[in-house]
Amino acid sequence: MSMRKVAVVGAGMTKFVRRAQETGKELSFEATKMALETCDLTLDQVDCVVHGTAPDSFDGVHMKGEYLADGSGAWRKPYTRCYVGGGTGVFTPIHGWYHVASGLFDICLVVCEEKMSSCQPHPQGAFLTIFDHTTERPLEPNLLWIFAMEMNRYMHTYGLKKEDIALVSVKNKRNAADHPCSLLGDPDITVEDVLNSPVLAWPVQRLDVSPVTDGAVALVLAAEHVARRISDKPVWIEGVGWNLDTTYWTNRDLCYPRYVEKAARMAYDMAGITEPRKQIHIAEPYDPFDYKELHHLEGLMLFDRGKAPEATALGITQRDGDLPVCPSGGLLGVGNPIAAAGLMKVAELFWQLRGEAGGRQVPGQPKRGVAQAWGDLMQVGTVIVMGA
Amino acid sequence: MTRNVAIVGIGYTSYRPLSPEVSYKELMYEAAVKAYEDAGLDPRRDVESFVTVAEDFIEGTSIFDEYVPDQIGGLLKPNVTIPGEGIHGLATAYMQIASGLFDIVAVEAHSKASNVLTLPYITAYAMDPVLNRPLRANPVFIAGMEMNRYLWATGATREQCAQVVVKNKRNALYNPTASYGASLELEEVLNSEPIAYPLSQQDISAHADGAIVLVLAASGVAERLSDVPIWIRGLGWCNDAPSLETRAWGRAIYAEEAGKHAYRMAGIRNPMEEIDFAEIDDAYSYKELQHLEALGFCQFGEAGMFTEEGVTDVGGYLPVNVSGGSLGNGHLLDASGLRAVVDVVLQLRGEAGALQLPDVETGLAFGWRGVPSTSGAAVVLSGPGRRNQGGGER
Repeated sequence: MSMRKVAVVGAGMTKFVRRAQETGKELSFEATKMALETCDLTLDQVDCVVHGTAPDSFDGVHMKGEYLADGSGAWRKPYTRCYVGGGTGVFTPIHGWYHVASGLFDICLVVCEEKMSSCQPHPQGAFLTIFDHTTERPLEPNLLWIFAMEMNRYMHTYGLKKEDIALVSVKNKRNAADHPCSLLGDPDITVEDVLNSPVLAWPVQRLDVSPVTDGAVALVLAAEHVARRISDKPVWIEGVGWNLDTTYWTNRDLCYPRYVEKAARMAYDMAGITEPRKQIHIAEPYDPFDYKELHHLEGLMLFDRGKAPEATALGITQRDGDLPVCPSGGLLGVGNPIAAAGLMKVAELFWQLRGEAGGRQVPGQPKRGVAQAWGDLMQVGTVIVMGA
Repeated sequence: MTRNVAIVGIGYTSYRPLSPEVSYKELMYEAAVKAYEDAGLDPRRDVESFVTVAEDFIEGTSIFDEYVPDQIGGLLKPNVTIPGEGIHGLATAYMQIASGLFDIVAVEAHSKASNVLTLPYITAYAMDPVLNRPLRANPVFIAGMEMNRYLWATGATREQCAQVVVKNKRNALYNPTASYGASLELEEVLNSEPIAYPLSQQDISAHADGAIVLVLAASGVAERLSDVPIWIRGLGWCNDAPSLETRAWGRAIYAEEAGKHAYRMAGIRNPMEEIDFAEIDDAYSYKELQHLEALGFCQFGEAGMFTEEGVTDVGGYLPVNVSGGSLGNGHLLDASGLRAVVDVVLQLRGEAGALQLPDVETGLAFGWRGVPSTSGAAVVLSGPGRRNQGGGER
């Protein structure tokens, strides 16, 4: 059957900062208001609201979705929160997409918020509670620790050096220097800076990792007949995909994210993409760690397995390269308020495909982009394909 | 144009106060196996997407989404967790099918309430951390305040609320999955221990453990899978204000709006005439009355009298919570709404055993997320002969 077409018609975001004075509700409000203003809509024209926000333990607020409802414009409206860990930021617009594609609603507000700074002394403490209470928590693992294992495995499998991977961090932090909302943009950073930064859990060093961040992002989705009426440049959601691998992450080979590949195949099939390397002009893969961008580019089938580092070294993924990757500056540069960071990537595609990305604009009028997020126990992939 | 969607498989455990011999994963597995057997499906081959319903703090695990795929057959498939009411999860599965993305989707919700040793303290963390939490109000106290306001605004009485308890617990005596069936006198409810006036102990649903899995399928597929597909004719959900000081006390606006949306979609103009029976949230006795009014079965303030006159009894004009509701089955936290859906499906299939109502064609299930939320969801279901014509209208 033919699906109802859904477009993104507006986007807004707060600055991404280390410690926001605003509450989570206020951050949500700021992004929501901006998104509505960019497409000249008011709240009473919005049919429904969807929200994405990662662990409740960051804020110590139970039923955090309920708490954030009014800040996100959901007062007396249909409202749900969706949740796939770190993959939430790209899943939330997918959740919004089927609200509209189902025919139940015409205009859907998509809001993602994260306030990590309320978790003291450090949000890694909250991450202790994501592990299996019987088999893993007694080992007191944290995320840096398990991602260091994955990075090690990736480097070992393909014979990669730290220098190959640090290039990603340098590229993204330099790109972020052009983003008005970025936390860690740095036009002068070098590979040596990354390699000389403190070791957190070998081979992960401080500048290999995205920062703890507060922020919010919002999008407005509209059904085709509304989008064509209210927007000169709607950006269409062409494909959506998501996939969850087993809980038992210790049983799988960490060198390749097969769940990302499955999510990508689902989204590409829906978008009619048969040759992603030719048909996708711009990519925003999830980059909470620099090796993750490479890992995900391979999972998205944009490069052969183990070949993304080489492409990075050749400059293919630079903003003016053949396949610009994370022209926004990504999580490494703009910041990583988890759910909001994923939605920031989708917002970046919106701005890039409309030619409104300012100093970050990719040359050559890109027509189609892919954004992806990842999360849970190295377990979930969420993918969205958008076209101008 | 919206595709029609039906419930073609149901699986559920019994609902009981303790389940020390099984983990939440085993509860989910039991319900999942039963649901796939009921629908005649192999989940790994046939089910295209999985929706689970859970809240981190209740599970005691952050990012609980991590722990769902293996035991429901969802490995390496699309899975998402909805931290909401079970019926929000059902709505998510519905939209995934109605959009044309999938033909067969499973939705799961569970309660392992017996593992939660400090529930009131956890619920307290759901209150606004700046403005409300410093009041150190016990969640049941908030329900008590709301009940007080409701009784004051409507003129309903504590006796009428107690009548809900007597009715639902009596109904539960005939339900093999319910744990809290009892034959009570009105006086026993009224004289039970006061918890937060006017709420007394018997007015409050006790918790239960259990899991529910439903399988949904698109029209075309549903008729092939089931002789008795139960059609989802209308869905609605809504949030009122989360803060205590800005919400409507007394009225359940979230239920009014959810009901309106569901009825509009189902083409229902007069719920009392067009809906044969209802399973609606009764986490506290007064909530059944408040929700009955909000869902348009009677005017604001009339539900108490209705109940007193026996309209909502098993033999009444609108039987409500024939299964025993949450008061009789035990409150299943966010799985409560799906428990209500299962009981509606059983009635419409004619499989409700000793609880079976005669000649029922259309039923309503409504779930509320509990204190301190103002979040609820409604679904209108009809038996095999009554799908929406030409797709649901908006």
